[in-house]
Amino acid sequence: MEVIAGIVAAATPLVYATIGETISEKAGVINLSLDGSILLSAMTGFAAAFVTDSVIIGYLAAMAVSAVIALIVAVTSIELRLNQIAVGFVLFLFARQLALFLGNSYVGVNGPKVPSWDIPLLSEIPFVGTVFFQHNISVYGSFVVIFFAYWFIYRTRPGLVLQGVGERPEAAFARGVPVNRLRYLYTVVGGAMVGMAGAAVSLDQIAGWREGLTTNVGWIALAFVIFGGWHPYRVALACYLYRALLFVAGEFQVQFPDLVQVLTQLPFLLMILMITVINTEWFRRLGDRYPRWRNFLASAAPSGSGQVFVRE
Amino acid sequence: MNDLVRRLRVPVVSVVLALAATWLLLVVVDAPPLDALWQIWNGSLGRLSKIPDTLIAWVPLTLAAAGLIVTFQAGMWNIGVEGQIVMGAIGAAFVVRELSGPPAVVIVAAFVVGALFGIFWALIPGYLRTRFGVHEIFSGVALVFVASAIAVYLIIGPWSRTGVASTSGTDLFEERYWLPTVGADEYSWLAILVAVAAVVAIAVLMRGTRYGLRLKAVGKNHHSAFLMGIPTNAYMLSAFAMCGALAGIAGTVQALGFHHKLVPSISGNYGFLAILVVLLAGFRALWTAPIALFFAAMLVGSTQLSLRLGIDSSLAGVIQGMLVLFILVVGAWQAQRTRRLARRAETATTAGGG
Amino acid sequence: MALELRSIHKHFGAVRANDGVTLEVQEGELHGVLGENGAGKSTLMKVISGFIEADSGEVHLHGERLALQSPDDAIKAGIGMLHQDPLVFLPLTVLDNFLLGSPGSFRLNRRAGEQALREAADRYGFSFDPGALAQTLTVGERQQLEIARLLWLGARVLILDEPTTGISAAQREKLFEILNRLAEDGMIVLFVSHKLEEIEQLCHRATVMQRGKVVGHVDAPFSSDQLVEMMFGDVVVSEGRPDAALGSTVLELDAVTVSERLTTVEELSLHVAAGEVLGLAGLEGSGQRTFLQACAGLLKPKAGTIRLGDVDLTGRRYRNFLDAGVHYLPAGRLEEGLVAGMSIAEHFELTSGNASFFVDWNGAEAAATRDIEHHFIKGTKESVAESLSGGNQQRLLLAMMPDDVRLLLMEHPTRGLDIESADWVWTQLLARRESGTAIVFASADLDELLRYSDRIAVFFSGNVLRIVDAGTTTPDELGFLIGGKESVP
Repeated sequence: MEVIAGIVAAATPLVYATIGETISEKAGVINLSLDGSILLSAMTGFAAAFVTDSVIIGYLAAMAVSAVIALIVAVTSIELRLNQIAVGFVLFLFARQLALFLGNSYVGVNGPKVPSWDIPLLSEIPFVGTVFFQHNISVYGSFVVIFFAYWFIYRTRPGLVLQGVGERPEAAFARGVPVNRLRYLYTVVGGAMVGMAGAAVSLDQIAGWREGLTTNVGWIALAFVIFGGWHPYRVALACYLYRALLFVAGEFQVQFPDLVQVLTQLPFLLMILMITVINTEWFRRLGDRYPRWRNFLASAAPSGSGQVFVRE
Repeated sequence: MNDLVRRLRVPVVSVVLALAATWLLLVVVDAPPLDALWQIWNGSLGRLSKIPDTLIAWVPLTLAAAGLIVTFQAGMWNIGVEGQIVMGAIGAAFVVRELSGPPAVVIVAAFVVGALFGIFWALIPGYLRTRFGVHEIFSGVALVFVASAIAVYLIIGPWSRTGVASTSGTDLFEERYWLPTVGADEYSWLAILVAVAAVVAIAVLMRGTRYGLRLKAVGKNHHSAFLMGIPTNAYMLSAFAMCGALAGIAGTVQALGFHHKLVPSISGNYGFLAILVVLLAGFRALWTAPIALFFAAMLVGSTQLSLRLGIDSSLAGVIQGMLVLFILVVGAWQAQRTRRLARRAETATTAGGG
Repeated sequence: MALELRSIHKHFGAVRANDGVTLEVQEGELHGVLGENGAGKSTLMKVISGFIEADSGEVHLHGERLALQSPDDAIKAGIGMLHQDPLVFLPLTVLDNFLLGSPGSFRLNRRAGEQALREAADRYGFSFDPGALAQTLTVGERQQLEIARLLWLGARVLILDEPTTGISAAQREKLFEILNRLAEDGMIVLFVSHKLEEIEQLCHRATVMQRGKVVGHVDAPFSSDQLVEMMFGDVVVSEGRPDAALGSTVLELDAVTVSERLTTVEELSLHVAAGEVLGLAGLEGSGQRTFLQACAGLLKPKAGTIRLGDVDLTGRRYRNFLDAGVHYLPAGRLEEGLVAGMSIAEHFELTSGNASFFVDWNGAEAAATRDIEHHFIKGTKESVAESLSGGNQQRLLLAMMPDDVRLLLMEHPTRGLDIESADWVWTQLLARRESGTAIVFASADLDELLRYSDRIAVFFSGNVLRIVDAGTTTPDELGFLIGGKESVP
């Protein structure tokens, strides 16, 4: 029980990052800087919280930093028609180095931490209570984000428009949608959510700052968005499965101490395999076979993703 | 003259902006800007005794950048180059651990096997891309992590130091299998020779041969290239293989010429940094060499910063990142301005003519 | 009370897509807009629907001047446009497509939406499965969905851009029936087409466009002759078409069925002899491209055989077709022929057929300079492909062609070219033909088809309607055939 609760809590940063990236890619902008953004926002969040002694300000600072990076990707792509991959990659390295540079003096310092808070009543439920409701606000927030993202994208009018913008911008435009304005909005919102991933590491999970704190979470998140088919539930499922796999690997570690490194990286091999599988024709047909699960199974990349929308 | 001004505008403006931003950053962290830049210079190319260190960083960076020129020419982002360096180092380490014989033979064998390991690791994303349409960035990055996991596994597992299993690295290789140096120098003339040869070879291959010409067509317009009768998939795979080979050689140099053992961080981030080098070089092979030297100098020089000024050595990376970002942005801005002016002029003439 | 366009101008770079278009349509009028490909019809419709902004000119609706800066403005004014390729979102469901962009509450009420969809569908006699994905719909159904949506949103002006491309005969009947009803209800319908028959059958009034300008307005009942003349101008077929001696059969298709996205060419049998020029006439998307791509080995036929000379190439790879002497020049000169970012010299070297490992750039540049002069290309050896004008791009493409081509497949050899370049292109092509190359080309230009072809295959919705002898066919006859009319009245 505690194990599952631990897995759920551990997946928190990954959930924030993947959902944030899902939103911005749904709008058609790929933010490849994720790994650097998360590290920089983790540092900024920690530093801000440390200085002000307020976890909330820490989260806000983290979100702001990451939102600015996302904004850079959006501006350079929409206004200057720069390659999103190139800019994203440069920003990844830049943000990472900047985090190390600015965070130098905070290494090993003890700072504030998100307090745990059992949700009254709900936490009393056997099993479910322990697994889901004996955490802290950061973890609860990640649940909310998953459900809200799903609800927003698939159940609301603006969410439907968001899908349209990423899928076929010219068609959305023909329906009176301000395509580029929405792309800015969702890229920045997605970026802010990615920032929460950083804060969730430095103010909750690890609670502190040091180099390599976020251990490639950004790259994993980028891959999981693909694996998750840009569908919040499937994306979240990928995050939880990944943490579960890591946990199993950790158990094996006791048995085969020699293999520890290989085992913890095994999910990456699996990741490549999974992305390959979902690229096959066989997988694409699955959705046709099970129409009830179509949204979940056959959800695919927004066709307009990564492309600039230029009005004639 | 006018042409020169126009060509210099983008780099000059970018450098000025990057310097200004660096200045601001240093002021924010309360460090003396001039002194910091002086320290970087003094710790790398500014002092004779530091030049070997700079060259040690230059070699793998240049090799990886030369390799990336090829994959970029084919229109692909081989981000996995970092992992290909690691695999090259593993291959080389395997040879010198398992093989004994005349040093010349073993070293050559290490280079060959290192290159082969790099090729193998590069062909995986290449195959997944051409066969399944999996984007090379994601398979590439994942393979970086897998490669370093394999390295760590070897270091603390089968190849662990006699008695202790620690992540500090394997036992040192036999000294006769180290890359040859002159006198007491730390850097190997052989490594430098290999790097120079690689840059020249890639420059010639890309600019002077039919292969490079066709690869360029594949990278710029896959569809037209195919219609011209170029086997595009084979060309893409060959580009991955070539980049993998050079990365593998870079790994071999790191293992045999610098660390003299296998360590977990054997690739030293040179693969990722090499991508910045190539972006800054505007995908021109010959330019990678001086830019890599500049980057290597900043990297090595910045290690002085924490010692002398108490600021983190990652300043080098920050400046490099900003520089590339500004080059891209200013370049695009300039291109857009030219486009707009051209369109306005065109519309004006049509309107006037009509 | 009407829709009024006053002096609409729209330039794309140097191209004058709309050059002072003035038009008036009354309520309840089904108004046809007729013209060749590239006459500026689509541009004009996009201006009215706010998709693109005009450089100058005014749009008035019911006496009020509209400020059309985006489709949003047009929609609010009650103008709805059905694009040629219906702008639906393929991975979304029918219902979501129906609702996307509609005003309403934050939370989507799909049940109410479904109700609205059903009502809209019932009113016009459509039937949709709200949960089906748009990608499973035929083009005709996508169109119906869009029409239902636009009307539901309150469109009072409906613009249809080439709506009958790719839809079935039954769907077309249905569409016409609905358009008639809408007109009776007092709506303004703008029907863009280059099919004479449809305009004649459907419209009350028609405007004919040519090269961005209005040639004239005509009231029903229309005279086909008059429309054809206005559309194509005076087609003067020049005399003295050189008759080349026909050689043995080069290309032979036997009952070939091949399909590509929206078009299917069914059971086509055809042969072309060495030294023969076969023109492909027909509306855009009637199967000409599909046919050419099958002949080039880019599309594998589902049935039938393709032979080149004595060799059976059915199902073989593109490479084998190339080796057999097939050369394909698609319509997209810069997209599927040349490589943007590469110079003229590089292009020549790419296709020179030299096999040496190293490129002798001095030699190559000298050769490029010679070739540039020889083919009268306006540009230098360093000019990159995208900097060349259309005519010079076409010259470059022809100059790059190997000498031993047995079968040349070409789309729109002279589209968008000035007269001088067009003449030059045909001088080159005819010289090829003299030396025994078989040429198959698709064109929308009747004059070009009649002047240079030996025979003309007329495509209509995926099938060859008829193969006519170019020497004995009049422009009128060809025009009628292209419009799907088998016989001249």
